[in-house]
Amino acid sequence: MSSPVIEVSELHKTYALDGVDVHALRGIDLTVQAGEFVAIMGPSGSGKSTLMNILGCLDIPDRGRYILQGRDVTELDPDQLAELRNREIGFVFQNFNLLPRTSALENVETPLIYAGMGRAERRRRATEALQRMGLGDRLASQPSQLSGGQQQRVAIARALVTRPALVLADEPTGNLDTATSGDIMTTLGALHRDAGVTILLITHEHDIAAHAQRTLVVRDGELLEEHA
Amino acid sequence: MSWGAALQLALRALWRNKIRAALTALGVIIGVASVIAMVAIGAGAQQRIAETLENLGTNTLVIRPGTVARGGVRTGAGGQTSLTREDAIAIADLRDVVAVAPSVRSSAQIRYRGTNWGTSVEGVTPAHVDVRSWPLAAGAFITESHVVGAAHVCVLGQTVARELFGLASPLGETLVVKGTACKVIGVLEEKGATAWGTDQDDAVFMPITTVQRKLEGITHIHRIEIATSGRDASFRVLKDITQLLRSRHRLSGDDADDFRSYNRAELAKSSEESARVFSWLLGSIASVSLLVGGIGIMNIMLVSVTERTREIGIRMALGARRRDILWQFLLEALLLSTAGGVLGILVGLGGALAVARFSELPVSITTGSVLIAFLFAGLVGVFFGLHPARKAAQLRPIEALRYE
Repeated sequence: MSSPVIEVSELHKTYALDGVDVHALRGIDLTVQAGEFVAIMGPSGSGKSTLMNILGCLDIPDRGRYILQGRDVTELDPDQLAELRNREIGFVFQNFNLLPRTSALENVETPLIYAGMGRAERRRRATEALQRMGLGDRLASQPSQLSGGQQQRVAIARALVTRPALVLADEPTGNLDTATSGDIMTTLGALHRDAGVTILLITHEHDIAAHAQRTLVVRDGELLEEHA
Repeated sequence: MSWGAALQLALRALWRNKIRAALTALGVIIGVASVIAMVAIGAGAQQRIAETLENLGTNTLVIRPGTVARGGVRTGAGGQTSLTREDAIAIADLRDVVAVAPSVRSSAQIRYRGTNWGTSVEGVTPAHVDVRSWPLAAGAFITESHVVGAAHVCVLGQTVARELFGLASPLGETLVVKGTACKVIGVLEEKGATAWGTDQDDAVFMPITTVQRKLEGITHIHRIEIATSGRDASFRVLKDITQLLRSRHRLSGDDADDFRSYNRAELAKSSEESARVFSWLLGSIASVSLLVGGIGIMNIMLVSVTERTREIGIRMALGARRRDILWQFLLEALLLSTAGGVLGILVGLGGALAVARFSELPVSITTGSVLIAFLFAGLVGVFFGLHPARKAAQLRPIEALRYE
C-alpha cells in the first residue's frame, strides 16, 4: 500500500512567455503513495498548471527528478511518454476533453485502442467502465447529447478504463454547477475509498479540495504542505 | 494501434465530412481519369501509326540508281543504269538481310479483249511478296522458274483486275502487254493507297526478266528493295550495302555514290518518335490535373489538422504516439487518393471507350497504364498527405490541448 506512485524532487521549469522567461516551478518536492487522494491548490499563475502538465507526462521538467511508478520520466522520449500516459495516467479535465461527434463508448475505448487492445475486449471494458459511472444506457450518446455532469462521468470512465496508477483530475468541477460538482466529487471520493484509486486533484476551491485526504498548496513555484 | 482500428478511425473521420471528402476525391478522380483517357488516346494513336508503318514495310531499304549529269543536264534520281540484278544477288549475302527484291518499272497500255487499261508494269522476283508483305487473293505469284525462263505470266493488282475483268475471275485469261501475250496466274489482295496517295493496287507484276527483255530491252534494274531482320539492323545493313555497291561499281574514294538509298526505318522512327512525343504531351497535360488534385488533398488535410488540433491533443494525452497520429492523417489522405484513383480509373476507362465509340480516334488501354495511374494516385496521397500528417504528429500535447 505504501509504495510511491509519484516521487518528485527538486523540480524546476522555466518557459518563455512573450519573450520573458517565467520561472514557473522552483524546486518542487512531492511524494504520492499508492491509494492516496491528494489535492493541489493554488491561485492562477502559481505554477499549478505547469506542475500538472509535468506530473501528467505532457511536458518535461528542465531540472529535477520525476519517478512515476518506478520509471524516470525525465529520460523518456515523446513516444515513451505517450505509452506512459496511456498505461499509468487517467486524465479528467476541466472542459471534459471528449472527442466530439464520437459516442461515449468510443470515447472510453480510445485509450484502449492506443494500448493495442482487441476490439471485443475494448468494447467489454469500456461498457463496464461506463456502467460503473451509471451511464450504461448512454453508450451510444455523443458528447453534445449529454449534460455536463454526464460528460464528466464519461471522462472519468475513460480515465479509469486503462486501470491507471494515477488519476489526474485538473479542476474537474470547474465547468459544473454546485450540485453536479458535489456528485462528481462524491464519485471520485468513492473511487478512492472503495477501489483504492490514487487521485491527484488540482483545484482552486477549498470545498472541493476538502474531499482529499491531504492538501498541498503551490505558491510562486513552490509546494507547501497545508496544515488545516 | 492496430491497422484495423486505424483504418476505422480514418474512415469515420472522412465520413463525418462526406461532402468535403467527396470534393477532395473528385480532384483526384478528374486527374486520374484524364491521365487514363489521354494515355489511352496517345497509345491508340501510336498503335495506329505503327500499323500504318507495318503496312508500308518498316524494315525495308530501297536502293535506286543515282543521277546522271551529262553536259549540264541532270536526269534526276534513277537516271543511271549502274544497278544490276547481280548487285541484288550480292546484297542477299549480307548479314541481317532477310529478302532482296530487285525490280524494273515500266508502264503500258494493257489490252484484254475489247477493253484496255493504262497502268504501271513492274518486273519483279518471288521475293517481292516477302519484302512488301503483300499476300495473294487468288492464284499464285511469280516463281523463280518464271524469272529464269522470262515467262509470259502476270499477277494483277486489285484495281487492274477490276477495271479489266469486273467481277469475273481473271485467272487463266490472257492479256496483251505491249504486244506480249501474258497469262494471268494470280491476283493480289487489296493493299490500298500509300501514305502519299498512290494507288498501289493499280499495277501489274511480271517476271523481272520478262520486263527487262520483252518490254524495255534493258539489262539494268530500277530498284532493289531489301527486307532486314529488324529496324535496328536496317541502319547497319544500309552502311554495308553502300560499301558493297561502291566496291562492286569500282568507285574510288572521291567518287560520289552512283545509287541512292532510302531507309523506311528512318521514316518509321521519326513518325513513331512524334507519336511518342504526342502521347507524352497528352499524358503530361493530364498529370497536371492529377497534381492539382494532390494539392487539393494537401489543402484539405492541412485545414483538417488545424481544425482537429484539440482532438489531436486529447488523443496524445490518452496515449497516442506520434506515429499513431501520423498514420491517422496519412491514412485519410491515402483513402481519399486511392478512392479517387479507383473511381478515376473507371471514369477514365469509360471516357476512353466513349471516345473510341463515337470518334475516329483509336484508343488503346493497357493494364500497365491503369496500374501506373493507380500507383501514381497512391503516391500523390502519400506525397501530399505526408506534410499535414507530420505537422499533426509533431504537435506538442500541451499546446494542442490548449488550442481553441
